[in-house]
Amino acid sequence: MSATSDYRKQEESITMSTESAGMGETHELLTLNIGPHHPATHGVLRLITTLEGEVVRDVRPVIGYVHTGIEKTAEDKSYWKVIPVIERMDYLSYYFNAMAFCGAVETLLGIEVPPRAQYLRVIHLELNRLMSHMVWLGTSALDLGAMSMFWYCFRERETILDLFEMSSGARMHTRYIQVGGVIEDIPVGYAARLQKFLDEMPTRADQYADLLEKNEILLSRLRGVCPLDEQTLLGLGVTGPLLRAAGNPWDLRKAQPYSSYDHFDFKIPVGTHGDNYDRFRVRHAELYESVKIIQQALDGLPEGPHITTDRKVALPPRHELATSMEALIHHFKLVTEGFRVPPGECYYPIEGPRGEYGCFVRADGSAKPARVHMRDPSFSNLQATNAMVKDSYIADLIATLAMIDPVLGGIDR
Amino acid sequence: MPDATGLELIAQEIRDAHPDSIIGTDFHRGRAELRINPTSNRDVLTFLSDRGYSFLASLHGVDYYPEEPRLGVLYEMLDMKAVDRISVKARVLVEHPHVPSVVDLWPGADFPERECYDMFGVVFDGHPDLRRILMPEDYEGHPQRRDFPVGGEPVLFTFNEEQSYGKFQ
Amino acid sequence: MEIRRELLAHSSVLSDTPASEADDTARRADFRSRQLLARDMLRGDLEGEALERYVEQSVMTTTLDKAVAWARGNSFFPLTFGLACCAIEMMSIVGMRVDIARFGFEAFRASPRQADLLILSGRVSIKMAPVVRRIYDQMLEPKYAISMGACCTSMGVFNNYALVPSDKFMPIDVHVPGCPPRPESLAHGILRLRDKVQGNSPDGWRERYDAIGTEEILSPTGRDPRDVETDLDTAAIQVFKHGDTAGA
Repeated sequence: MSATSDYRKQEESITMSTESAGMGETHELLTLNIGPHHPATHGVLRLITTLEGEVVRDVRPVIGYVHTGIEKTAEDKSYWKVIPVIERMDYLSYYFNAMAFCGAVETLLGIEVPPRAQYLRVIHLELNRLMSHMVWLGTSALDLGAMSMFWYCFRERETILDLFEMSSGARMHTRYIQVGGVIEDIPVGYAARLQKFLDEMPTRADQYADLLEKNEILLSRLRGVCPLDEQTLLGLGVTGPLLRAAGNPWDLRKAQPYSSYDHFDFKIPVGTHGDNYDRFRVRHAELYESVKIIQQALDGLPEGPHITTDRKVALPPRHELATSMEALIHHFKLVTEGFRVPPGECYYPIEGPRGEYGCFVRADGSAKPARVHMRDPSFSNLQATNAMVKDSYIADLIATLAMIDPVLGGIDR
Repeated sequence: MPDATGLELIAQEIRDAHPDSIIGTDFHRGRAELRINPTSNRDVLTFLSDRGYSFLASLHGVDYYPEEPRLGVLYEMLDMKAVDRISVKARVLVEHPHVPSVVDLWPGADFPERECYDMFGVVFDGHPDLRRILMPEDYEGHPQRRDFPVGGEPVLFTFNEEQSYGKFQ
Repeated sequence: MEIRRELLAHSSVLSDTPASEADDTARRADFRSRQLLARDMLRGDLEGEALERYVEQSVMTTTLDKAVAWARGNSFFPLTFGLACCAIEMMSIVGMRVDIARFGFEAFRASPRQADLLILSGRVSIKMAPVVRRIYDQMLEPKYAISMGACCTSMGVFNNYALVPSDKFMPIDVHVPGCPPRPESLAHGILRLRDKVQGNSPDGWRERYDAIGTEEILSPTGRDPRDVETDLDTAAIQVFKHGDTAGA
């Protein structure tokens, strides 16, 4: 009997609290290097974690493992040729990268984008947001152990990529958004296919919610885990779903609308506690809102040109090259040298799936940009990791990293 | 954006509070910019923060080669309540590229300042951990300066693979 | 029996019903004869030429190398090694549309010790190159590498200071072009690698240099490795042949 009570005493002395265990003054801190090659870091991210037992006391991200010098390469190319280069920064939201850059150049040039092009841009931007959230959902669920989500989400992703392929010819990095509009009008049959996708997407999103919502393990891994308050997030420069999960309804689509977002009626999902569960729910709710926006854009798609009619900036249509000398000269100038942008600087912010994408372009009057800088949201969001995971378990570190949704291409550029 | 007159008013207020801090203002295509003396960036930014522009959206560097002073550090400030943006530019010389750090005011400036140091060589005084962030730690040179070559190497095919660094014997 | 079978083979092209019936009887007769043969075999009654013919029909002979190569080629364990955009398309081949589980390659391993195929998907920057090399070295022979995408194959879209082509620091078996390559392209590349491993295609660095592996030599002869142009005999990467003791 005494053995049992000893055992019971020992059992009761084990607590799950994350406070410092009273092991005396010399409890050891272990420095663990996670990455850069690790299945759970989303990309090549290296985390130098300082652990005390299972509890994370400090985490320092080391980045730069996929630094490609994109901004330097962009200074070497004409504005038209910068678009494919800059699309490859944040490789899950390529339309957003191109949109930010094209928006900045259009502001510097002072040209108007025709309304049809604006609506087409909105359709593709929101499709890209859906696709990015699908990849996030699939890989995060995979990290948390819910493996079947991966395949469901990638099934949706394939449908969306089919739509991208139909409108622009490529699945990823499509160069669809150009300075002045979009590269091509949507083909016949695109609207029908898009409508079919929009009809089934909300039910699919419901399916994902059903799969994950009542899952005990997922809920206990996400609910109440690693919350961070709004003030700290603002000081860290965090935007996007992370900030919205903490309660701040800041969304550039509503606050500083660009590309006719003010024509559409949609809501911004906002969380309350700012923990992992809220971040998860905010992104999931954004799926429905994106579907609403695309539906409204598709229904109200205006007629008109798909790119600006200013021939000094956009290529003339092919049939004019046979008849008009001016069109030929414009085409020649645009393809060989490119258009020149008057000197100036511009910072163009848009709302991407991870937060504020801002493109800073400095033009010096020549045909090549003098400086292109992308303010990437994952770069700022990653700084919040330390504040979020301090004093929580290492398994929560993995879950939080999944909920932050860092994309290393954008962080390292 | 504050319009041109609003920008001038803000600039005047800052000049009154901190003389010798504002060198000039610029308003182009709807973008308001304050050009400031690099040493007084903390004063100006704190003033703007109290005025409402409390969110540091972006901190990045620009190389203005061949105009002097060559290196510029830009702060893009955002006022969330009034939905307003203002830019602050501080330009320093390559020979003496020191700018006070704002990490204690905005912890989110940590990585961007390190990136600016890595890419341009601007030293932020007061930054607790200023080392290279994107390039390897022992890299020499500041890649995004305009006089740094873009680099690159010839693509390896069968006919020219002998000329590459690692020789397959 | 033979004449009837020829006639049947000819007529089955022109019409169905009579051919299927006659086909059926032919098959049944064929099956019966095989049954009797198997009964004789089990009793030990088959001898001489009949036995030889039986063995030839039912046993496949090959060399051990070929058999092992066949098994190896059908069971790659890729390493989960995604660097950039190509990683997303690599995740797609595990998905439903292009399903590499059809070929047996769906078991992506996280540990390099347990994997034998390194799919370098994405741009290799200067900081990452030594890490990739170390991971490649940790993999056990036989190991294969696929360079997926334009950035690691050639320099890709970005020919600048920050990237390293993968051929510079590790031997690559198959290069898959594209930016990013479609999942079907990558699947084609993996199948080409399978053909290579199974001995069906004689390209590749192992055949060209008649070698079995590579070894990285750091600072040859104690000198600065940047002086390699002056000394072409020692180099940062040497290919060792059969019989060399590599040592590392």
